[in-house]
Amino acid sequence: MRGFPVWPVEAGHYAGEMDALFIALVIVTVLTAGFVCFLLIFFAARYRAGHAADRSHTIEKTWKWEVGWTTASLLIFVGLAVWGADLYLRLYQPPKNAVQIFVVGKQWMWKAQHPGGQREINELHVPVGRAVRLVMASQDTIHSFYVPALRVKQDVVPGRYESLWFEADRPGRYHLFCAEYCGTDHARMGGWLVVMKPREFAGWLRSQGGQPTLAAQGEQLFHSFGCSGCHGPGGTVRAPDLNGVYGGPVALQDGRVVTADERYVRDSILLPKSEVAAGYDPVMPSFAGQVGEDDLAKLVAYVQSLGNARKGAS
Amino acid sequence: MWTASLGPKPRMSEATPAFQFASVPQQREAATLGMWTFLATEVLFFGALIAAYSAYRIAWPDEIAAAARHTKVALGAINTAVLLTSSAFMASAVAFDEAKRRRPVVLCLLATAVLGLLFIGIKGYEYCLEYQEGLVPALNFQLGRYGGIGELFFLFYFFATGFHAVHLTIGIAMVVMLAVRTGAGHPPHAPVLRMVGLYWHFVDIVWIFLFPLIYLPGRVG
Amino acid sequence: MHGPRPNYLTAETTIRSWLFSTDHKRIALLYFASITFFFLIGGLAAVMIRLELVTPAADLVRPDTYNRLFTMHGVIMVWFFLVPSIPTTLGNFVLPLMLGARDLAFPRLNLASWYFYIAGGALTVLALLLGGVDTGWTFYEPYASAFSNGYVTLAVLGIFLSGFSSILTGLNFIVTTHKLRAPGLTWYRLPLFCWSLYSTSVILVLATPVLAMTLLMLVAERVLGIGIFDPALGGDPLLWQHMFWFYSHPAVYIMVLPAIGIVSELIPAFARKKIFGYKFVAWASVAIAAIGFLVWGHHMFVAGQSLYASLIFSFLSYLVAVPSAIKVFNWVATLHKGWIRFDAPMLYAFGFVGLFTIGGLTGLFLAALAIDVHVTDTYFVIAHFHYIMVGGSVSAFFGGLHYWWPKITGRLYPEGWARAAAILMFFGFNLTFFPQFILGWLGMPRRYDAYPPEFQIWHVLSSAGASTLAVAYAMPLFYFFWSLVWGQRAPANPWGVTGLEWLTSSPPPPRNFDTTPVVIRGPYDYVDGQPRPQAENV
Ligand code: HEA
Ligand code: HEA
Ligand code: HEC
Ligand code: CUA
Ligand SMILES: [Cu+2]
Repeated sequence: MRGFPVWPVEAGHYAGEMDALFIALVIVTVLTAGFVCFLLIFFAARYRAGHAADRSHTIEKTWKWEVGWTTASLLIFVGLAVWGADLYLRLYQPPKNAVQIFVVGKQWMWKAQHPGGQREINELHVPVGRAVRLVMASQDTIHSFYVPALRVKQDVVPGRYESLWFEADRPGRYHLFCAEYCGTDHARMGGWLVVMKPREFAGWLRSQGGQPTLAAQGEQLFHSFGCSGCHGPGGTVRAPDLNGVYGGPVALQDGRVVTADERYVRDSILLPKSEVAAGYDPVMPSFAGQVGEDDLAKLVAYVQSLGNARKGAS
Repeated sequence: MWTASLGPKPRMSEATPAFQFASVPQQREAATLGMWTFLATEVLFFGALIAAYSAYRIAWPDEIAAAARHTKVALGAINTAVLLTSSAFMASAVAFDEAKRRRPVVLCLLATAVLGLLFIGIKGYEYCLEYQEGLVPALNFQLGRYGGIGELFFLFYFFATGFHAVHLTIGIAMVVMLAVRTGAGHPPHAPVLRMVGLYWHFVDIVWIFLFPLIYLPGRVG
Repeated sequence: MHGPRPNYLTAETTIRSWLFSTDHKRIALLYFASITFFFLIGGLAAVMIRLELVTPAADLVRPDTYNRLFTMHGVIMVWFFLVPSIPTTLGNFVLPLMLGARDLAFPRLNLASWYFYIAGGALTVLALLLGGVDTGWTFYEPYASAFSNGYVTLAVLGIFLSGFSSILTGLNFIVTTHKLRAPGLTWYRLPLFCWSLYSTSVILVLATPVLAMTLLMLVAERVLGIGIFDPALGGDPLLWQHMFWFYSHPAVYIMVLPAIGIVSELIPAFARKKIFGYKFVAWASVAIAAIGFLVWGHHMFVAGQSLYASLIFSFLSYLVAVPSAIKVFNWVATLHKGWIRFDAPMLYAFGFVGLFTIGGLTGLFLAALAIDVHVTDTYFVIAHFHYIMVGGSVSAFFGGLHYWWPKITGRLYPEGWARAAAILMFFGFNLTFFPQFILGWLGMPRRYDAYPPEFQIWHVLSSAGASTLAVAYAMPLFYFFWSLVWGQRAPANPWGVTGLEWLTSSPPPPRNFDTTPVVIRGPYDYVDGQPRPQAENV
């Protein structure tokens, strides 16, 4: 036991503002509840049976009071809620230059893959002062990625990508939890978020051994799964060239236009029939059940790198 | 002497209302309101199923349509007609009862029950066909090419039509009972007949919703 | 030994006359015995949970056992204790009395509802005995169908059966309130408890069938292996959450509205004053029931629903707080210029107002999106709902039980002991659950049997509080039994308050009233602290 902690450590740019909102809510709550309790006790004491007090002229007309007090308290709370909503929306708008790390949750561990190909389990190393965007998937049931020091949490629902971004601003080791119940070792599914100074972080990345980058690993898979047979040059089937697709708008056969983000790429591989690119036959086979979440991440990283390549070139 | 626990059964007798009611009309109103409340419950029971089904229908329009083409739309349509006709007989039974004409009431009730049984028969035949074609989820499902969604469709199909058939069977039992008792000269009183009528129409309406939802996707346009 | 007139307790004495009774008062007692049993099982699980959490390591029970403990705790406390608690016991007993009726509209359905409840409870207990369920009371998918190795199907069918009990009770109350009111008893002359039971019944009737269907789909998925909710088979896990919360959010109002109704009885009764803003309080119950159907998505702010949906659900959650606010303010205003007495029921009512306010206001924290991101699935949520459900509803239940005990049993309970228990319960409660707000804010996730050591101090305090609470809950158990034998006999109206239920003798005769009362004015009519007769012809 170490004393009576009442405030969680703060390690993210977002935590400060959240804490301010929380304090505001606590103040308003204490005032409201305090007001209620004060009146309760005050009336109870003053108007207790047997105690002589002026009881003439009880208030009879009520609606003015009703409407008055209710709107007053409601407005204050809704004001705070708007603040909360604004913060919440920002939590879902990652900056463009964020470092992207793939995270896979499974019973009962978190696995992370860095762009450089480094992998880790139940630990996540990130540099201080850089926006980090996690692209997360689950291999089995729902998990939830939770770092209290950053005040962020996101459920990871199997069958789709969820993303979460943050910017850590204080080096240190912080708890990483799984917050959604996921079975026997739910309580042990977690570890540490390690926030490092940029130089140390670079050192850590290097110390993880020289493996090919995630995109390069994805390129290998692109060949071994046979994607290149269609999408590569001289393919037998008319399939779209994936260069430059990522990040741009894609016209679909049914007339919709969607952005080619990681969700789109993922769905293209697992559910090719759901969003067919305009002008192509829906002949791409589904790879559901053949490509695990780890490999999917690599393929997505590869397709992403193709997107950037074209943009760089043009 | 009256006893607390085994009081007289709340009877629907015209002369004396059950002890908790002050008058016969009050008892009748209570029974009717009770039936409507029960039907509200039923609406949400089927509503939940239809809502879930609709969610998938929106998410996977093509797959659902493809699977739905394996339903037997002709049989479904016939059954719709059968059920609608039965409802007409049910309504007539109520009307004849109000006119205090016993024979026609019995005949109409019997017609209602027979049509209800016919519906169940046709439905059973449909189930047989579907079994032979390998359309029963978890048992012998063979529509693999539509992936899990086809099977999901047929799960909803059997769920919805199955629950509907159970409701209909209960309805048939009640209608037969009414017919027998009326025929034997112990006609139950108007509220009972009207309540069973309400129930019958409700079961009919559920089918009216299920039919287009289940049979028609993939067949129009 | 008994008075000259037979009352409902003495009219017949065989076991059969109890088990097959259609008298709403006897069925209320049947229910009462059953929910007490389930409260003790649920409480036993809570005790085990709190014991395990005294130390950071998982040293008392194995992780799987812990998971089964909180699942059973949640399942039993929600479906077999709190949802049926007030409506089927106090509601069943006093609703017909308050309406001046001889029974509910459908006495046999009332009995059937108890049997459904018992059958459901038996299945759930069987699941428990066979080895339990480890899904959490929310049965989140795909875990519940594809990964859990507990007796999920059995427990789910138990809950399914108990749902019929809910529906039948709700239906019965709705019809009774509409059709069996005594002459002169207009809607605006109804006691507020009737309004709240009516609103509760609407939710019971409309929300429960959705849960029933949802549970059946879960069973189908689990037994047949078809992907309704499992993404590996083409299903959508979020659909489960939508359907579950579509029932379970309204269900939280099933659990609090009757309590709110009791408090609306207790406060005017012990302040000897007309309730402030009767119509507002009455319609607020209906409003809560209605708006309560529109906020379920606030349980899914980080589950991956669309941002747009989250914004709307957040806003609506604030809207649903308005009628609750109206109630709280009106209770307080009722005390103004009253003749306030501090009998045990009133102490519980005071406790309710304070704790419900705290629980409700922290609900507003959760509805403020950004805050929820941090505290969802932590002890903050646990504290929020225990404040309302235990500090609020259970307190109100005890308050109502003390209030109507003389009517139900014909005996007075020992007032000194009762006050002591009420006060002990209040302190024990706060000691148990206030630390959990801090734990949650610190980031302690829920459903954890082991946790980092820095959280320990608050867990120790919480467990200490739970022990206090166990003692406080055990006290009424003893003195209520004591009063059955040695308690003073109760007059018809021991509190000197308004309300038709106090017009008939304590305990009431089998058919409640010798002659049907004719109501001439509304409830809570006190002049200078004295009740005015509410009905004539009695
Ligand atoms: C009886 C039970 C009950 C009741 C009544 C409530 C009432 C409310 N609840 Fe609660 N809640 C639960 C039981 C209950 N809840 C449970 C069991 C869970 C968790 C389930 C699980 O995950 O296992 C939960 C979870 C829960 C969540 C999700 C948390 C999460 O998992 O992330 C949220 C989020 O919005 C929420 C909000 C609210 C709100 C806004 C109310 C409002 O109705 C409260 C209204 C009351 C007041 C506001 C107080 C009185 C008002 C005043 C003193 C006046 C001043 C205020 C204003 C005018 C605004 N609740
Ligand atoms: C609905 C009502 C309800 C009630 C009344 C309670 C009552 C209590 N709950 Fe409840 N609780 C829930 C509903 C309820 N709970 C729900 C829905 C969950 C979520 C489950 C989930 O995550 O799935 C939960 C979860 C939950 C947790 C979180 C577990 C976790 O996430 O890991 C904890 C932890 O402290 C807890 C504690 C308690 C305590 C100490 C009480 C006390 O108030 C209990 C006090 C009662 C007693 C102590 C019994 C009476 C004792 C005697 C008469 C003495 C003699 C008898 C014996 C010793 C058997 N509960
Ligand atoms: C049989 C040929 C074939 C194979 C093998 C194939 N694809 Fe495709 N792919 C297509 C066709 C045709 C389309 C366009 C129609 C569509 O969107 O479904 C397409 C579309 C895509 C798209 C969407 C591109 C856009 O412009 O919208 C992506 C991303 C993609 N494939 C990735 C892959 C990956 C990764 C693999 C290997 C794991 C793969 N494909 C294997 C034929 C193929
Ligand atoms: Cu993973 Cu909990
Ligand atoms: Cu809710």
